[in-house]
Amino acid sequence: MTHADSHSSHQGIGASVLRKEDLRFITGAGRYTDDISLHGHCHAVFLRSPYARARIAGIDSADARAMPGVLAVLTGHDMLADGLGDLPCGWLVKQKDGSDMVSAPHPPLAHSLVNYVGEPYALVLASSLYQARQAAEAVDTDFIELDPVVDPARARISEDIHEGVVGNLAFDWVLGDLEATEAALAGAAHVTRIDLINNRLIPNAMEPRAAVGVYDRGTGEHTLYTTSQNPHLERLVLSAFVGVAPEHKLRIVAPDVGGGFGSKIFIYPEETAVIWAARRIGRPVKWTADRSESFLADAHGRDHVTHAELGIDSEGRFVALKVDTTANLGAYLSLFGSAVPTYLYGTLLAGQYKTPNIHVEVHGVYTNTAPVDAYRGAGRPEATYVVERIVETAARELGIDPAELRRRNMIQPADFPYQTPVALKYDIGDYEASLEKALALIDYDGCPARRAAAAARGRRRGIGFSCYIEACGLAPSKLAISLGAGVGLYESGEIRVNPTGSVTVFTGTHSHGQGHETTFAQIVASRFGIDIDAVEVVHGDTGRVEFGLGTYGSRSLSVGGSALHVAAEKVIAKGKLIAAHMLDSDAPNIDFENGQFRVRASNQALSFAEVAFAAYVPANYPEDLEPGLSEKAFYDPKNFTYPAGTHIAEVEIDQETGVVSVVNFVAVDDFGEIINPMIVQGQVHGGVAQGIGQALLEQGIYDEYGQLQTGSMMDYCLPRADDLPDFIVDATLTACTHNPLGAKGCGEAGAIGSPAAIMNAVTDALGVNDISMPATSEKVWRALNR
Amino acid sequence: MYSFKYHRPASIDEAVACHAAADDGLYLAGGQTLIPTLKQRLAAPSDLIDLSGIPELTGIDVTAERVSIGAFTRHGEVALHAGIIRALPVLAYLARQIGDTQVRNMGTLGGSVANSDPAADYPAAVVGLGATVHTSTRSIPADDYFHNLFETALAPGELITRIDFPVPLRAAYRKFPNPASRYAVVGVLIAEFTGAVRVGITGAGPCAFRGKALEQALAGRLEAAAIDGVDVPDAGFNSDMHASAEYRAHLVKVMAKRALAALLE
Repeated sequence: MTHADSHSSHQGIGASVLRKEDLRFITGAGRYTDDISLHGHCHAVFLRSPYARARIAGIDSADARAMPGVLAVLTGHDMLADGLGDLPCGWLVKQKDGSDMVSAPHPPLAHSLVNYVGEPYALVLASSLYQARQAAEAVDTDFIELDPVVDPARARISEDIHEGVVGNLAFDWVLGDLEATEAALAGAAHVTRIDLINNRLIPNAMEPRAAVGVYDRGTGEHTLYTTSQNPHLERLVLSAFVGVAPEHKLRIVAPDVGGGFGSKIFIYPEETAVIWAARRIGRPVKWTADRSESFLADAHGRDHVTHAELGIDSEGRFVALKVDTTANLGAYLSLFGSAVPTYLYGTLLAGQYKTPNIHVEVHGVYTNTAPVDAYRGAGRPEATYVVERIVETAARELGIDPAELRRRNMIQPADFPYQTPVALKYDIGDYEASLEKALALIDYDGCPARRAAAAARGRRRGIGFSCYIEACGLAPSKLAISLGAGVGLYESGEIRVNPTGSVTVFTGTHSHGQGHETTFAQIVASRFGIDIDAVEVVHGDTGRVEFGLGTYGSRSLSVGGSALHVAAEKVIAKGKLIAAHMLDSDAPNIDFENGQFRVRASNQALSFAEVAFAAYVPANYPEDLEPGLSEKAFYDPKNFTYPAGTHIAEVEIDQETGVVSVVNFVAVDDFGEIINPMIVQGQVHGGVAQGIGQALLEQGIYDEYGQLQTGSMMDYCLPRADDLPDFIVDATLTACTHNPLGAKGCGEAGAIGSPAAIMNAVTDALGVNDISMPATSEKVWRALNR
Repeated sequence: MYSFKYHRPASIDEAVACHAAADDGLYLAGGQTLIPTLKQRLAAPSDLIDLSGIPELTGIDVTAERVSIGAFTRHGEVALHAGIIRALPVLAYLARQIGDTQVRNMGTLGGSVANSDPAADYPAAVVGLGATVHTSTRSIPADDYFHNLFETALAPGELITRIDFPVPLRAAYRKFPNPASRYAVVGVLIAEFTGAVRVGITGAGPCAFRGKALEQALAGRLEAAAIDGVDVPDAGFNSDMHASAEYRAHLVKVMAKRALAALLE
């Protein structure tokens, strides 16, 4: 996979087929939510809290309501009066004493208290956007300011933000055997200790969030067009929990969506308010966030403060890992806000290693900042950062080569399936294979010479490793639900073969940049032996797709793709019944290959299209068989999938300015079977870019008053092309053992593995370990001059 | 943005008259600062006077002694102008460092100099080259032009028409860009004239200023070692989440050395 394979030779599994969706995206023919304008629509502008924490003493909207074009000013009290419920957290975490986490109420529109800058508490509806903006400024809101809690490390000793949440603690969550871990640490020959901050990130998808709500007075149907990664989940939450509309009267359409990175999973206040307001005023309502609103009110990511201790015996084997983390949840528990720093974090702390004793305690705290939730990797980058920073530090303290220390502790191929001490059971992997391949690609042996050459140029060079593991395709449903998940974690797939033999595929996953329209078409086309242009992939519409759980956690291929695989097998099974009848044979004697139903050991055959036609024009057709050729499957995985790999970074530091340049980056990943290598490479490139952004450039900063200091691209530094090196991306392969595609998932690995590799390289170059992400030039310059 | 009256005068006189007649008028040049400010509703001018239709504000004239550039000249034009590249390559280089392609294709010399953003690039050239800022009423020497953060010698309604840059023997500019905005955290321009060295510094303080200690150290001794001995106090320097005053003071010397090395190439 060092270079995208030729796409012309074949279109099936393993071919780098050019993305079907790209022509419309790059020629401006995409249809995004903001492109949808309905007759008579009006515009919504949200009123947002200017304070991090305040009581709303009164809202005077009389002047605003009298302004030209203004249709209504709706507040949190109006929403309350209409009986809408709070936004729920989708995962109930149990605390270490067995009690439930403490989830503070999260009204879609604040009515009494505001708890972060940017929290919406009212909206203005007007015929034009300009009129709505003018009127929003005329609303006079009386706030009584309260002292905010901003620093997560101090949250537990600060004033309580939410009534009934003592010490701002939503949960104290533990996993692992504390006694055994402490005993093993006490008996360890060496203990490495580390303090880490996992910096707060602000997602910034290219397309900001948007919503268009429309209510049909005649039928009572509500339709919400919105930027969602999981429209069915949004429909479920808005109907079952918030009570916007009954599920059968609510349709969610997520048309083309310009990126999400997790930030469009969640059920947000604004989208909720838009569909409610559309019914209330009887006109379609449109809202598109501007970039400033995105910075303030999209869920942020990461934000952990961690202390970790790794015990090592005299032979360099890990005996215990103990981790204590404070996770900033923000002002409210967002949809997966409780799951990300617990089940998606603590369970990953074994990494690729046979550490026998692990204990983790996570303190989830509320602060007066935007809610924190899943962002590309979601918990797994944080876990990898802890494991790979402490392992690298241990190697330095012990004077053992960092590759060798890892090798000595890695789970070996013969150990699978491997039960970790933190709940997960890895099915398969070959971690050393990825490590060795990465070492060769980076020319590890040439590293000292490159370091010396850099020194001669006045630059400090360093190398850093990250041998990451992730758990993708969260599953199985029964286990996840027993651990507090509010929904199942299966996926649906439906294949409708049309009478002419073309195929329409319906998936419950959602593509917002991942290229599913191509990858899924490849899976189906190759199985049916038809051209991929004869396959249309439909997603993102609860009115067209039966059900689904959406796209996050690198689940779409391993779970959604597997569902399509199962559905395809059902189509073929029915096709064999039809073909057997038409060819005067029996179904067990029919083989389906290369698009032909053939009587075994004969030249009697029917094409896929001929059988499809017969299914819909059933003249010569089995007596007891229903017409039609349409099948569906709900696929519930037996386990997570476990992609893993090695990232190695080389950086050079300009000693005069402290600027860090990433000069060499190798990623060797084991994603299992790969359907489209080109798309997978793109996923790795994007993920690594985001990881480099976290390590060197990005940080969401609130000041002591809870004002967001990094509220625009002028101050929040996203990585750009010239911040990045040419990546060397390669793969190893162990196929997933429990899904029919053998696929593991690739969407998040780049962002999971890379920050630790970069920071290990930076600290290697500097010779000091206590420097936090992002390693900005001034921080590095100060470290150089200590 | 708020509503405003839009004007597009055809002459300098008409523009100035338009401004004088407005309650709270603002000139619009390339709009690379003003338009985002308006869109964020951080400014509410009564009138916007678009300068894009005034031929007198355009044109580049290059002689052996000076480069004269109309105020409405876009950064991209300066960056690619053959005459400027030949006569005053430092200015073409500096213009190439501004923003990105889109910004350079819209932003103008006069707009940048009128705004006096502490992190803008052009002010380093105005100060470092000892330019003359011609306005609708007078000519202002560089040393008298920049007053403070977003404050200049310009009187209300006074419009920059051209800027004349003297051609030095040699000159070079180096900047340390803010990784997010790509504005100058610190930018230093060093110019060698017959018998004098000028140093223009942007980014470090509230507005661009001359590095007089550096000028003295470099006078007659154009070598890096001369910079080593200069004390750059950080008193009064900008300090924000991107760079402390102390770091900026350090970067002044680093960028000065890099500019000098480029100048000596």
